[in-house]
Formats: sequence, C-alpha cells, structure tokens
Amino acid sequence: MSCLQTIQDYGLRSLGYGERLLPREGFTLCEQFTLIGSGLLWNIYFGVIALLVGFFFATALGVGKASANPWFRKPAEWFIFIFRGSPLFIQFFFGYFLFLSLKSEYAFFAPFTAAWLGALIVLFLNTAAYSGEIFYGALQSIPKGDVEAADAYGLSGWSRFRRVIWPTSLRLAWPAYTNEAIFLFHATTLVFFSGFPAWQQRGDALYYASYFADKTFNPFVPYPILAGYFILLTLCIIGVFGLINSRLNRHLPQAQRRKIRLRPNLIR
Amino acid sequence: MFSFCTDPSILDDWFWTACYLTTGVHMSFYMSFLKVLLLLAVTAPVALAFGFGGAMLARARFAPLSWVGKGYIALVRGVPDIAFFLFFVIALDQGIEYLRHKVLCADWDMPIRQGSDFVVCQAAKMPLGNAAQWVHETYGFALAVFTFALVFGAFAANVLFGAMRAVPRPQLETAEAYGMSHRQTFWRVLVPQMWVYALPGLSNLWMVLIKATPLLFLLGVEDIVYWARELGGTKTPRFTDYPHPDYRMWYFLALLVFYLLFTRISEVALDRLMKRLTRGQATTGGEAQRRAGA
Repeated sequence: MSCLQTIQDYGLRSLGYGERLLPREGFTLCEQFTLIGSGLLWNIYFGVIALLVGFFFATALGVGKASANPWFRKPAEWFIFIFRGSPLFIQFFFGYFLFLSLKSEYAFFAPFTAAWLGALIVLFLNTAAYSGEIFYGALQSIPKGDVEAADAYGLSGWSRFRRVIWPTSLRLAWPAYTNEAIFLFHATTLVFFSGFPAWQQRGDALYYASYFADKTFNPFVPYPILAGYFILLTLCIIGVFGLINSRLNRHLPQAQRRKIRLRPNLIR
Repeated sequence: MFSFCTDPSILDDWFWTACYLTTGVHMSFYMSFLKVLLLLAVTAPVALAFGFGGAMLARARFAPLSWVGKGYIALVRGVPDIAFFLFFVIALDQGIEYLRHKVLCADWDMPIRQGSDFVVCQAAKMPLGNAAQWVHETYGFALAVFTFALVFGAFAANVLFGAMRAVPRPQLETAEAYGMSHRQTFWRVLVPQMWVYALPGLSNLWMVLIKATPLLFLLGVEDIVYWARELGGTKTPRFTDYPHPDYRMWYFLALLVFYLLFTRISEVALDRLMKRLTRGQATTGGEAQRRAGA
C-alpha cells in the first residue's frame, strides 16, 4: 500500500473519516506519521479554542484579583488557587466524573462527558487560571508613570483601562503568556489518558503514539515522531505569538523590544 | 474494623459510612497516599543530586564535560511533556534487559527485536519471571522514581546552574584573595551562598513535582488515582457488603482537596525557609531583615 493511500485512509482518522480499523500489524513509518499527525488535529483543536476563550476569562480574573473590592478579589483568588494548586490530571478526572454524575440526573449534560466538550471546558478553566495569574502579575508591574500620564490626559475608568492599562499589561505579560500557550498545547496530550474515553479510537497524537508503542513494543519510533510534531507545533506557536508581540510593541524603538524567550517547563 | 460492622445492611447512614471507609481495600487506598509521599521523599533528594551533578558538569572548565552537562539540561527540558514519561519507562526497562541479555546470554544468536516483539533470554528478564510480587512492584516503583528524578534533575540543574552564576563575583574574589583553591572556593563560599538564589526556582520545581505525582498512574504504579477509580466505581450487592452507586466524583474531589492542601502547606513552609535562608545574605531581602531587626 502506497503512502499516499495511507494518508487518504488515515489522514482524518482521528475525526472519524476514512478507514475504520486501525492498522494491526506490519506497521510502516508512513502509518505512524499519518495517524499521529491526524491525532495532532485534536491537540490543536483543544489548544486553540481553550486559549481563545480562556484569554477573555483570564483577563477578567487578572483584573478581579487586582481589584480592591473583596467581592471581586476573593472569588478570583480562590479560582486561581484551586486550578493552579491541583494537578491538571486530577482536574480532568474530577471533571469527567462530575459530568458523568450530572448526566445521570439531567440529559442536558450528555455531550459534556465527551472529550470534545468536557475536556475542553476543563482546559479552558485551567488555562484561564494560569493566564489570569500572569495578567495579574503584569497589572501589578505597570510603570507608575504610564498611569500618571493617563491621569494627566484626563483619562479615567473604562477609557483609561482600555487605552493605557490593558495594552501595557498585555505587552508586559506577552512573553510569559507565550510560554503558557506552549504548555497548554503540551497539556492537551493528557486528555485521553484521564477518564475521557476516545470514542471509536478517535484520539489525540499521544493516544496514537502510545497505541503504536503498545502494539510494537518499541517506543523508539512513535514517541520521537510525536516529539517532532510537537516541536513543529511549538515553533508555529512561537511564530504566531511573536508576530502579535511585535504588533503590541510596534511603537517602541527596535532595540527596546522584549524578545520572547522559550522557558520550557513541565506538567502542570 | 469496628465491632458493629459485622452486618452492614442494617446500619444507618453514619455508621455505614464509618464502616465503609475502614474496609481493607480502603486501607490500601490510604497506603497509596503514603506511596505518593514516599515517591516525593525519595525523588526530591535524588533529583536534587542529579541537578547538582548536572550543574557542576555544566560549570566544568573541561569543555567536553561542560557539553555533557549542558546537553543533559537542554535535552530533557526540550522534549515536551508526559510523552517523556511514557517513553522513558519502556526505554529504560528495555535498556536494562538488553544490557543484562548481552552480559548473561552471550551465546544467544536470535535477534532481540523480532517484528513486534522484544525477546531476551529468561535469565535477563528484569525482574526475573519467578520473583515475588513485591519485587515486581518495587522494581516498577524504582523505575518511576528514576524517571521522575532524571526529568526533574534536569530542571533542578538549570536552576542551580543559574544560582551558582548569581552569587556575587566579589564574594568569590575575596575567597581567592584569602588563598583558597578553586575547590575550596566552590565548597566553602559558592555552595553555601547559592541556595538563597536557587530557592525560588527550586520551590517552584517542588510545586511542579507535587502536581506531577498523579502521573505515577500512567507508569503503572497502583497509586491514589488507580485506587480512586477502583473504589469509586459502582458496586453491586452481589460482590460486596457495601453496595453503592458511582462515587468516583467524590473520590477525585478528595484527591483534589489533598493536593490543594499539600501545595498550600508547601507554599507556607517554603516561605518560612526563604526567610530563614535570607538572613545575613547580601541581598535586598537580607538587608530588609537586618533593618527590621536593628
């Protein structure tokens, strides 16, 4: 079977299109590359949506935690503490079983037990908490002069926040936020190892990689393929976030711009 | 466990719960919490030792040694995430068996990788096929500890390498002026002073390590996640005196609370340690303490 045929059969396997049965024997390199790459679609889906939606919630959390009013501050502090203080792995398990119990009570929650929605919600809450802490830190380190200048221009309240405080804090937070985005994409690999079932063997990249490692009893092929895919994905994220970073800093002289430094961290 | 537990079906709610939570399997569940603590207690010093070794290598004046140290740091930190755990446990297991096979069965003429199988001779199996159950469990646990230590060692090495460079240069120059050798300067001046610079990074690492412990489950150790799934599942009256519906949500809630408490306590303890270590240091923190005391 030619490699093109394999790509046609398995390229979208993780979404349920193409060949139904996974390869069982005589695993070729092409099959492994195709299936793991196909699983990567799920990682991208989880990561992109959780980041996009999480960004707004994280901004709200950061502002809430920095607020002087305890009615905003306390809930934000607790939310951030709960999601940053416990392992994501346990949060996935808890989320899954919570949705499972809710499903038995109300039929409305049926889609929540599937990974595409349930895991997405957990990831969204998790990334919102981590980024919320980053944004909070950035809000704390806005140069005093910027705010004073805004006051001098007669800006206050919402317009001061929108025109001065928020853009500045975003600029300060961006390098850390880029790292957070990278970890989020890495964290998406936990989804199918944590209770959420891979329905009809439609899993993510790590799901297929471990499928091959189990079947061939040879970890030296699928995991490096997975790592390679993730390095490419990381480079793409750095590229996109770098573009946004230079857009955010476009008013600064070239030499003063803050470069994004990759600071790899592990597991949350 | 309690004397009134002989007939669970007649008990009212409160007594039933007390009996239910003290059954034999629940004791295994509680023991698995100890397992997690044991993993942390063993892994943290080993990882710190790996980190110290890595940082010393990376600082070495002999270039190839320094490449080894820097390579170790970059390699482990660069490989993404749990894939490393899944990969490393199998790779390590196969590596050990391969080496034992080469040594113990030198006259074996078949290839080790036959298609989808990894075949070594009986004597090279690790642990041996006829070993007791606890040997298998300990071996699995040791592999997990080693994997954790290797991964976190690289992170610790990075932190310590940075901390060693953060110690003010005049401190080392003073030591040299007193006629200390390179080795003496390192052990008597640099190492005692670097901890205060390393602690913020190391405490962050400790938090990450705590939160990484549930991954033991992926490495095949019967840890708290395993037991929470086992015990929480629906139990019918046919198999147990304590039938109950799906409790898994509550078990995982308990785990969540356990981790939250654990990270919170660590945070407080590490803050205190930081205060203690800052005392008398040539940093802003140390200066602030001196002023407050005076």
